[in-house]
Amino acid sequence: MQRRTLLGTAAAAAVLAGANLAVAQDGPLKVGFIFVGPIGDGGWTYEHNQARLAVEEEFGDKVETVYQESVPEGADAERAMTQMALSGAKLIFTTSFGYMDPTINVAAKFPDVKFEHATGFKRTDNVGTYSARFYEGRAIQGHIAGKLTKTNKIGYIGSYPIPEVIRGINSAYIHAKKANPDVEFNVVWAYTWFDPAKEADAATALIEQGNDVILQHTDSTAPQAAAEKAGNVYTFGQASDMAEFAPMPRVSSIIDNWAPYYIERVRAVMDGTWQSDDTWDGIGAGMVKIGEISSAVPEEVKAEALALKDKIASGEYHPFTGPLKKQDGSDWLAEGETADDGTLLGMNFYVEGLTGDIPN
Amino acid sequence: MDLSVISPAVLLASLMVAATPILLAAIGELVCEKSGVLNLGVEGMMITGAICGFAMAVETGSPLVGFLGAAAGGALLALLFGVLTQLLLANQVASGLALTLFGIGISALIGQGYRGVKPPPTTRLDLGPLSEIPFLGRLLFSHDWVVYFGLALTLGVWLFLRYSRAGLVLRAVGESHDAAHALGYKVVAIRFAAIAFGGACAGLGGAYLSLVRVPQWTDGMTAGAGWIALAIVVFGSWRPGRILLGAYLFGGMTVLQLNLQAAQLPVPVEVLSMSPFVLTIVVLVIMSAGRGRASTAAPAMLGRVFHASS
Repeated sequence: MQRRTLLGTAAAAAVLAGANLAVAQDGPLKVGFIFVGPIGDGGWTYEHNQARLAVEEEFGDKVETVYQESVPEGADAERAMTQMALSGAKLIFTTSFGYMDPTINVAAKFPDVKFEHATGFKRTDNVGTYSARFYEGRAIQGHIAGKLTKTNKIGYIGSYPIPEVIRGINSAYIHAKKANPDVEFNVVWAYTWFDPAKEADAATALIEQGNDVILQHTDSTAPQAAAEKAGNVYTFGQASDMAEFAPMPRVSSIIDNWAPYYIERVRAVMDGTWQSDDTWDGIGAGMVKIGEISSAVPEEVKAEALALKDKIASGEYHPFTGPLKKQDGSDWLAEGETADDGTLLGMNFYVEGLTGDIPN
Repeated sequence: MDLSVISPAVLLASLMVAATPILLAAIGELVCEKSGVLNLGVEGMMITGAICGFAMAVETGSPLVGFLGAAAGGALLALLFGVLTQLLLANQVASGLALTLFGIGISALIGQGYRGVKPPPTTRLDLGPLSEIPFLGRLLFSHDWVVYFGLALTLGVWLFLRYSRAGLVLRAVGESHDAAHALGYKVVAIRFAAIAFGGACAGLGGAYLSLVRVPQWTDGMTAGAGWIALAIVVFGSWRPGRILLGAYLFGGMTVLQLNLQAAQLPVPVEVLSMSPFVLTIVVLVIMSAGRGRASTAAPAMLGRVFHASS
């Protein structure tokens, strides 16, 4: 008798659990986010988190968002994604280049879960990619930097030698060179996306060697603080506005605006219209914004920069327009020719004039 | 490539700054481990110190109060670890790892209102004419007081462990807590003191990051410095002098490789990037190798649970 009661209870529990499961599927859509740094980094991850909050605001109780911060790129990322998928997330945004292979691997195991991978180039039926044309913003930065530098030396803190970062260096260099033919770029690879102490050290090393404009492609505001401490050095906000360092050292910024895209993709999953695709938008579509150019920049330079921005936004001008040569002197783009997206996405070479080698 | 843009004096001076946070944390951990307690929560205590120090300095406007607050914050967190491992006899490795996670979390919570805030500057110590001496002046006599404090602390800990009776007792507790207990020493109390000291030092190291080296507050800003400090204690075979060397080597190579990159030295960047880790480990391992004592350098009771009844 007792055993039968026990079995009966177990069966009831199983039915209840099943019912719960059914309810859960009718409940809010669970959307997951994997972040490479802390949401308080003031840069890259901060902006992704702002977009996450915008999704919550837009859909209210129809969505539930979960996120995990500071997930290392590699095996740990797979574990974090798997856990998120197992806990019921139906759409997962993986927000760093290094999550590319982990995303593809986990997506293969969860065909019902949609994945969106930022800045990568591998897609499957349930993995889409998205990125922003940051290089458009870099062109404007390069122009301002070339005009502002007095030592003609511009420091550039790179994270990892991936196409995304190399594109930024090339774009900034081309436009700095146009603004100031004597300009020289010194690139330091930090091999991290987020390590404030190291980023500050890199900025300090560059400043001590006479670079008076520092561009960064890492996520924290530490280079801004280092430049502020050194004085008379110009910087640009990266990924986020970093307005707390304006008007000096931060003279402008590239702001990533992910919110419209995230909202659109969440809606697509809700409507059942989601399909794997590749989105790559720039200034024109509003995915890349240029932060206010501060009073430390002379009026005419500011006007030129804004004119350049308008030309890029309207599609009249492409930052990679020939004639351009590669670093080794071979021809890349002929007069008037513009770079195709395929070349840009896999960019692994410097343009002519840049010194140093790209690490493999 | 143009190496003339690197000024040796400026480089060596930045080296001392880069090494100070790791040195402070490592010296604290050394004392803790010498008493037989393995506290893997250095990273958590550092970051807690970083935000406590930052908050105190911003609220009072005094960096000195900030550093005191950092030491107090780090020590407080360490005492939590002490309660878990010394009174409740929890596993030290697990508690230490939990402490790191807890520290990172609570620092982000405390730090909510401090993002983008500028801390009061920690001024250089005014040493008058000394800092005017060419080369040496920039190198040795133009730092903030924390750099000197780190060096003095290293010397002090060395003297304490080697020559003082209290240091001997501390080491005895770390080598054989049963024997020390039989002699009437309060093993748990001594370990509590060592744990708190370790926490205070780690807190100071963290505050040096947030108040001087970076200087700002960002979530997770220690980014692994605590783990480096832990490793340096082991590779420095629990000796203050070698820990100093290890910290300076690591800090020095970190700064040097960035400078060499900026000067466009034609050496693969991968080699430069890993050089701090490789060089520090190789040098310290070679120094510890070939001596019979090296294998016994670790305190015998490291990580063991002590209970008076056993």
